[in-house]
Amino acid sequence: METSSSEARGLVVDPTMPVPLFEIRELAKVYGMGDVAVHALRDVSLALDERQFVVLLGPSGSGKSTLLNIIGGLDVPTSGQVLYRDVDLTRADEATLTAYRRRHVGFVFQFYNLIPSLTAEENVALVTEISEQPMLPEEALQMVKLDARREHFPAQLSGGEQQRVAIARAIAKRPSVLLCDEPTGALDISTGIVVLEALQRVNTELGTTTVVITHNAAIASMADRVIRLADGRVVSVEDRTDKLSPSQLSW
Amino acid sequence: MSGVRFPVSLSALNRKLLRDLLAMKSQALAIAMVVAAGIAMFVMYLSNFESLRATQRAYYERQRFADVFASLKRAPLRVAGDIAALPGVSVIETRVVANVTLDLDQIEEPASGRLVSIPASRRPRLNDLFLRRGRWIEPGRPDEVLASEGFVVAHGLNPGDRIPAVINGRLRRLTIVGVALSPEYIYSIRPGELVPDNKRFGIFWMDQQALAAAFDMEGGFNDVVLGLSPGAQTADVIARLDRILEPYGGLGAIPRALQLSHWTVENELAQLQSFGFLLPLIFLLIAAFILNVALTRALALQRPQIAALKALGYGNRAIGWHYLKWALIIGLLGVVLGIGFGAWLGTMVIALYNDFFRFPVLIFSVPLRVVVGATTLTMVAAGAGAFGAVRRAVRVPPAEAMRPETPARYRRTVLETPFVARHLGTTGRMVLRNVMRHPVRAAASVFGIAFAVAILMTGLVFSDAIDRLILTQFWEAERQDVTVTFVEPRGDAARYALAELPGVIAVEPQRTVAARLRSDYRERYLAVSGVPPSPRFKRIVDRNGHPVRLPPSGVVLSTILARALGVVQGDTITLDVLEGHRPVKRVEVTGLVDDILGLSAYMDLEALHQLMREGSVATGALLLVDSAQEARLSAELKATPIVAGTGFKRAVLKSFREVMAANMSLSIFINLVFASIIAFGVVYNSARVSLSERSRELASLRVLGFTRGEISLILMGELALLTLAALPVGAVFGYSLAAAIVSSIDSEVYRFPLYVSRSAVAWAWLGIIGAAVVSGLIVRRRLDRLDLVAVLKIRE
Repeated sequence: METSSSEARGLVVDPTMPVPLFEIRELAKVYGMGDVAVHALRDVSLALDERQFVVLLGPSGSGKSTLLNIIGGLDVPTSGQVLYRDVDLTRADEATLTAYRRRHVGFVFQFYNLIPSLTAEENVALVTEISEQPMLPEEALQMVKLDARREHFPAQLSGGEQQRVAIARAIAKRPSVLLCDEPTGALDISTGIVVLEALQRVNTELGTTTVVITHNAAIASMADRVIRLADGRVVSVEDRTDKLSPSQLSW
Repeated sequence: MSGVRFPVSLSALNRKLLRDLLAMKSQALAIAMVVAAGIAMFVMYLSNFESLRATQRAYYERQRFADVFASLKRAPLRVAGDIAALPGVSVIETRVVANVTLDLDQIEEPASGRLVSIPASRRPRLNDLFLRRGRWIEPGRPDEVLASEGFVVAHGLNPGDRIPAVINGRLRRLTIVGVALSPEYIYSIRPGELVPDNKRFGIFWMDQQALAAAFDMEGGFNDVVLGLSPGAQTADVIARLDRILEPYGGLGAIPRALQLSHWTVENELAQLQSFGFLLPLIFLLIAAFILNVALTRALALQRPQIAALKALGYGNRAIGWHYLKWALIIGLLGVVLGIGFGAWLGTMVIALYNDFFRFPVLIFSVPLRVVVGATTLTMVAAGAGAFGAVRRAVRVPPAEAMRPETPARYRRTVLETPFVARHLGTTGRMVLRNVMRHPVRAAASVFGIAFAVAILMTGLVFSDAIDRLILTQFWEAERQDVTVTFVEPRGDAARYALAELPGVIAVEPQRTVAARLRSDYRERYLAVSGVPPSPRFKRIVDRNGHPVRLPPSGVVLSTILARALGVVQGDTITLDVLEGHRPVKRVEVTGLVDDILGLSAYMDLEALHQLMREGSVATGALLLVDSAQEARLSAELKATPIVAGTGFKRAVLKSFREVMAANMSLSIFINLVFASIIAFGVVYNSARVSLSERSRELASLRVLGFTRGEISLILMGELALLTLAALPVGAVFGYSLAAAIVSSIDSEVYRFPLYVSRSAVAWAWLGIIGAAVVSGLIVRRRLDRLDLVAVLKIRE
């Protein structure tokens, strides 16, 4: 799963052409929360390319989180297909999905989900200890500019710092894709910008495909591709060429 | 959270493990204590078992303990040749054995001594003695003896001291030259008594020639012990031996298994083994239950972290193992504590054993096997307790784990009839519904607390049982002050002579004969007692103190004797009298009595006289005595030649109470500690889990204006409900447990009355309520310190 099939066939690859990382076809997800069935996704089809910074935009209940979870192998769809570099995730078993998450996916959640009983560095170490060619925990923390706080516990860090530790944790394994569910949702504007800067740095320096979910339209301005979701369906897909840097954003 | 920094290179996940455990340390400790209690019992009982067993084996082997024992009236030495020639016999030792009275200055009442012969010039071939101090007897010095260590220690004697013994009517001063122990008398007790009394009973080993001379046994023997070759058929040897000894007044040979000292040690070993497995198992079961509840809650709180770990790429197996280790570490802590505690208790119990059982060396050690067994058992229990909870928590799909838990489902409970609902109030309703939300968990908590009640109750019941036993034995059954046994059967003259002694108010003669009772299947050797129609002093009494009337004909047997013979009331057995003209008679079992002590058979006194073709003959007498004159009477009895032994009830009772008191206080202390640990463990954990589950809603109530007292009522109300429900269940458990233990103790040597007093139940209830209140108060402190802001901010 490490090299794309086209490279394996020895074909010459044009570096300027976008290489598809994910192909999503007719994805649908129905789940029951309690006794009420919810159609979270209806017939979603789209593609995500390597090195892309993608923003999934939509109001709450539009199915963004569900889509992200399925892409990240945390959930399985009711019907449809998700291809990661020619591998069909929807047909994979639990062990395969775990391996997929382990090696290829980095997650960042709205409420950080750090382990409260571990320091910042130890939280990152959680990931580096099970990865094959990870960065050192200090390197990952340096990338998000939190090297100085690595001995601190989450309770001793502010919201923004916790979120950046979460990002460091997510990228320490050098994943192919970074999935962020409302990363700035719990933060104020200035802290949020710091976090988005970290994400952009990761996207640029490591070349990681980054997918950010948000309901905040202003953030879409820093994306390469903006996908709008409503009511479980894709409403529009927009490729941008004039993306802003995070410091230029305001909401 | 401020946490521990680890200098060692532990993986991040393991660091999380240790810090998370530290965060719940009081709950973990409570669980570990329950484990520790169970393991302590395991270690205490089984280590003692191993020590006792190993010591016994080595002792028997080194001292060449005999396989078969037989007493008889008198046989010439040449008969030994016939016995030695029996198939299966490899070693034979003939002896002279006699009982004498000792006239000691140190104690008022006469003491008894058993004289056993030993060769002067060599070691005995069987039942060799272990010489603790001093030297062996010298040939040609008839007054030299070796004395049993128990007696010597009880009286503070030393080699060189002399003791006066009344031998065949004459006072002789015996010189103690050495202090010895024998495998035959590891446990030495006067026949008819409940506990060993080293002050009033000693064993003395004397030169065979001298002893024979003193008792008219020159050229003969009245006791023989055999060592059998491997593969010999014991029953066969015994049958043949009996046949040889019958013309010489043989009283029936017994195998080692029925020898009193050996039997007592074996019985103790069996009890250690059964207690050592059963009780710890129950403790571990309760620990597993508490662990399950605590862990389930902890895992519920860890949901977001489990989701994060899954997102990071940790598989189910890794995460499951991580949480399983929680349980295993708590278990391990319990094992370590338990082994320490158990070893300490074990040394105390061994000290008690050293009083009862005389071994050359009895040391306590905890064998590796016991440690390994304890650890394995605990790991299995902890794993079992955790497995279900961990599996369920880990299996939740990651996407679902990230979502908040669905709100707890409540509903009206079945108990809320309109009447109840009206009187319950909102608080009461909350309490009731929360308890009924997890009916299985509530029931298991109730059982756990009930078990604690049962343990406490059992300890108290046994203390009561001892009192009851004393009452029954010493006040209902035997109402005399002094029991006198004669050297040989005497006529009326002896009775009148006794009546003349100072202080004697009344005399009731006793007639017993040594006999063999035979049914179709089995036989037993015992003393048959003749009972007058309205006995004044010694009555036939069952274990609850109710007297039994003797039917006009036939025999009345101890229930346990009847069971041993395989007969029921109405059956006929054969009575083989082993004295006098040795009559043989078929008699009907006309009654059974569930009595306390030994194996008894009773028949009408007149009928017995007729059977023995004698007039009014007595083998002893029961005296009612003026207590002011006891000292004078005692002095007189010591000097009376026809008296072989005396027992003063006051003294016997005193020594019995002393022994029992020491035993009982240790026992009750242990019971109290263990019961408290369980009660505390169950209640505390239940409270902590409840608090954790409800802190959000309780905080909301505080915000609404409820006082600390009011919300603690909600939490404590739940604990109170569980504890109160457990009390009657516990009383039932306690009764069953006590009954089970009593019937497991029942043996041919003694039986306990089962008497569950109201005070035993009441004190047990009080004790457990106390433990519950203490744990409730501790949790209440946490409740009072509830940080409202923090709790309300936590997203669900």
